[in-house]
Amino acid sequence: MMAQVRLFARARELAGADSIAIELEPGATASDLRQRIAKAYPALASLLERSALAVNDEFADDTLTLPVNAEVALLPPVSGG
Amino acid sequence: MIIQRSVTMINLTHNPIDDQALTEQVRRRDCGAVVTFLGTVRDLTDGKITVALDYEAYPGMAKKKMAEIERDTRERWPVGEMAMVHRLGHMAVGEVSVAVAVSCPHRAQAFEACRYAIDRLKELVPIWKKENWADGSTEWVHPGDTGVKG
Repeated sequence: MMAQVRLFARARELAGADSIAIELEPGATASDLRQRIAKAYPALASLLERSALAVNDEFADDTLTLPVNAEVALLPPVSGG
Repeated sequence: MIIQRSVTMINLTHNPIDDQALTEQVRRRDCGAVVTFLGTVRDLTDGKITVALDYEAYPGMAKKKMAEIERDTRERWPVGEMAMVHRLGHMAVGEVSVAVAVSCPHRAQAFEACRYAIDRLKELVPIWKKENWADGSTEWVHPGDTGVKG
């Protein structure tokens, strides 16, 4: 399955795109997704380690199995306020 | 004057925040204390001069998290009304980027509830700021950054 991952702030600038498409095996977890992102976009690897993943508007544990057609986002450390 | 509660008091906006209107929105006859926190664009960070900030959000999740913070705050303190607004886009030094207004029966509760809500917002809500430094360079702010970016 294909996961479309939305990017924000410096992650967006490092990748040069608002979102990236990542190929995953069915049943892949958030942790699998992290590894695939780091491999496909080495420029994101370091920031990714400090970033959260969100699945359907909720923070995702690394063990979470990604639902099909989920909305996925990579959230670097936040700095609102 | 005490005005009616608006439908939703959690918002993201690209327009300037009317913090006086926000404060009025949370006033109630049974609340003797109103605390409004304003976050404003500061001109100096770690000795470097800021000319402006740009804010972006993951809007759907940001609003969802702000609503959760309101629920958490209401569970802990006897909040009458509560309003939280974050502005997005480009802001000059001195402009208001975020406002949290809380009313409670008594002042200690109102101060604590407001403090809790802004602290949680800064920890949890997917919003990011980009520094526009005086030398023309820009830099996304991601807490935990060391000297090397990325």
